[in-house]
Amino acid sequence: MNRVAICSGLNELLEEADQINPGGSLNLNDSVVSTIYSRAEEIAGGVVTSQGKPPVDWDKVLDDILTSRVFGFPSMLLLLAVVFWITVAGANVPSEMLATGLFWIQERLTECLVWLHAPAWVNGLFVEGIYRCLAWVVSVMLPPMAIFFPCFTLLEDMGYLPRIAFNLDNLFKKAGAHGKQSLTMSMGFGCNAAGVVACRIIESPRERLIAMLTNNFVPCNGRFPTLIALAGLLVMGATTFFGATLIVVGIVVFGIMTTLAVSWLLSKTLLKGVPSSFTLELPPYRKPQLGRVITRSIFDRTLFVLRRAVFVAMPAGAVVWLSANIHIGGVSILTHCANWLNPFGQLLGMDGYILMAFVLGLPANEIVLPILIMSYMATGSMLELDSLEALRQLFAGHGWTWLTAVCMMLFSLLHYPCCTTLWTISKESGSFKWTVLAALIPLGIAITICFTVAQCASFLGWI
Amino acid sequence: MGLTNQSSGSGAIKERFGWGQNTRADYVIALAGNPNTGKSTVFNALTGLNQHTGNWPGKTVLLAEGHYIHQCLTYKLIDLPGTYSLMANSVEEQVARDYLCFGRPDATVVVLDATCLERNLNLALQVMEITTRLIVCVNLVDEAQRKKIQIDYDALAAKLGVPVVPTAARSGVGLEQLIKAVSGIVTGSIETKPYVVRYKKEIENAICRLEPKIKQLVGEALNARWLALRLLDRDQTVIDAVENWLAREDRLTTGIKEVVLA
Repeated sequence: MNRVAICSGLNELLEEADQINPGGSLNLNDSVVSTIYSRAEEIAGGVVTSQGKPPVDWDKVLDDILTSRVFGFPSMLLLLAVVFWITVAGANVPSEMLATGLFWIQERLTECLVWLHAPAWVNGLFVEGIYRCLAWVVSVMLPPMAIFFPCFTLLEDMGYLPRIAFNLDNLFKKAGAHGKQSLTMSMGFGCNAAGVVACRIIESPRERLIAMLTNNFVPCNGRFPTLIALAGLLVMGATTFFGATLIVVGIVVFGIMTTLAVSWLLSKTLLKGVPSSFTLELPPYRKPQLGRVITRSIFDRTLFVLRRAVFVAMPAGAVVWLSANIHIGGVSILTHCANWLNPFGQLLGMDGYILMAFVLGLPANEIVLPILIMSYMATGSMLELDSLEALRQLFAGHGWTWLTAVCMMLFSLLHYPCCTTLWTISKESGSFKWTVLAALIPLGIAITICFTVAQCASFLGWI
Repeated sequence: MGLTNQSSGSGAIKERFGWGQNTRADYVIALAGNPNTGKSTVFNALTGLNQHTGNWPGKTVLLAEGHYIHQCLTYKLIDLPGTYSLMANSVEEQVARDYLCFGRPDATVVVLDATCLERNLNLALQVMEITTRLIVCVNLVDEAQRKKIQIDYDALAAKLGVPVVPTAARSGVGLEQLIKAVSGIVTGSIETKPYVVRYKKEIENAICRLEPKIKQLVGEALNARWLALRLLDRDQTVIDAVENWLAREDRLTTGIKEVVLA
């Protein structure tokens, strides 16, 4: 039997089917569905007994508050703020302890190499380059992740994510996008690549593309540590934790607003169409399994993300050290590049080194801040860096103002997604054009917003 | 938040390129069910694979697979995406349906939510139309108990004609029995006599006319009654799938012939 024979066999069957049911006159589908439903009802009716009324329907009580018109959004923001507050307040101390410990080891490594009479470049490349970048990645990223992930997983396990989707559904509809996009957006908080994969739950290709192109506007956990650290720098002093939390929440809300605005723009221009409707089932709240949540979020998420960051950080650290120590015409390559990017960076309220860090951070957003710190340290005089205050001095020494921090946060929030996400988009959309747009649209928006903010601030004389 | 070891990195590569799928399995078991019935929890509890389980609908967009060993036999478990029906209204439904019909697992476990059995039974009945080798796993019995819902499992099993296992997968209750029921089904020591949904007369007559001809074409491998319904309905996704399946079967049998001749 070959392909032709197969087709003819099947075609005969189909002709037969057509004769039996000409033009669908049996109204088959409706009849089948309703029969199945009534059988299910019969069977269930025969075996299920409900013993009186259940005491109090806590799910309903909770839903009445968490998804109500009045309290829906405030409770959402409050929960978000609590999670960030715990993260910001809790991450500070372990972060400094890790930094101190890891840099103590760095000194011992250097001593060891000196004792071995190793050439200076070995110490430079491996200790000051690779090891130091690793130390920064670990001390900047590990504590916030170790706190943020379990908190978020807890909310997810309890069943709060669909409630977020429910609250935001209306806004996404108004933006011409699919309501399920709020779910894929929530996934993006964990990882944009995972958020893009999750877009498969949206059936309409138009809306799926919108969701994929805008997923990058919510900060993934690779960018949270950067945002949290910068927010901490911005408000030194007694009210640090509270102020920093407010700033991070503000940034996240701004990201969500950008998502909506860009979705709206896309659905009015490149991806025209009407949003399709869907039913969202709110699953019951469930008691989270605390132990499992913690182990899963630590092993599956925290350590996994950290490992990825570490693998990217090693070559990045080597590149930064090499470019800072290879001199052309008396000036290092790093400075050459930074000087070249500097005029553009200044226009956006930042400087050349920051833009360099974002370019080098394309493989993984986690390493942007460590690269920046390393570039500054390679060009500055400061050698010891053991606290947030020292970090602040380092940045201030390179001409940072509050505007620089704000612009860098905005740029970090809005700029192109990381390589992994882009690769995922190209796999999922199967189109080179949309992948390029997925990088260019956010980049364009990031440049526009940073430019506007920086120029307005200097025009108004705030700086 | 779906970023896990499994959803990206080497896990994603494995899934994408079909690596790591050559673990030899004695039996293949599919896991079907409505969204949010704890299907992935059952999957994790059985396989020990720590796939992340999130409490939101549509979490499993891909087929996840793992395996467990029972009495020296390896059971490969396929976690299908959660669906409310198998009418192929969405990609997930089509994936689940095609797997059940053309993937021909040795047994299928349908996970139902004990707190809303009626709605969940719709899916069970639809799965029963496709395959006879199935086990009904009524999950979340702890939650049903809390809501003071009582279910007569023996009566349900008698009505459906298949094994019914009550479980609370989160605390591990009932998993032993589930594993035993699965092994009973695959080895044939448990006979099933699945409840057949009878439709109105015109439809039954139409099925009767088409069914024997389908049997001629596909043999016993696919469920002729269900295929008859789908073909009468002119379900293009099923027609395409049948065509592909026939072509593949044909290739396989020719391949075997060639090997024998050589």
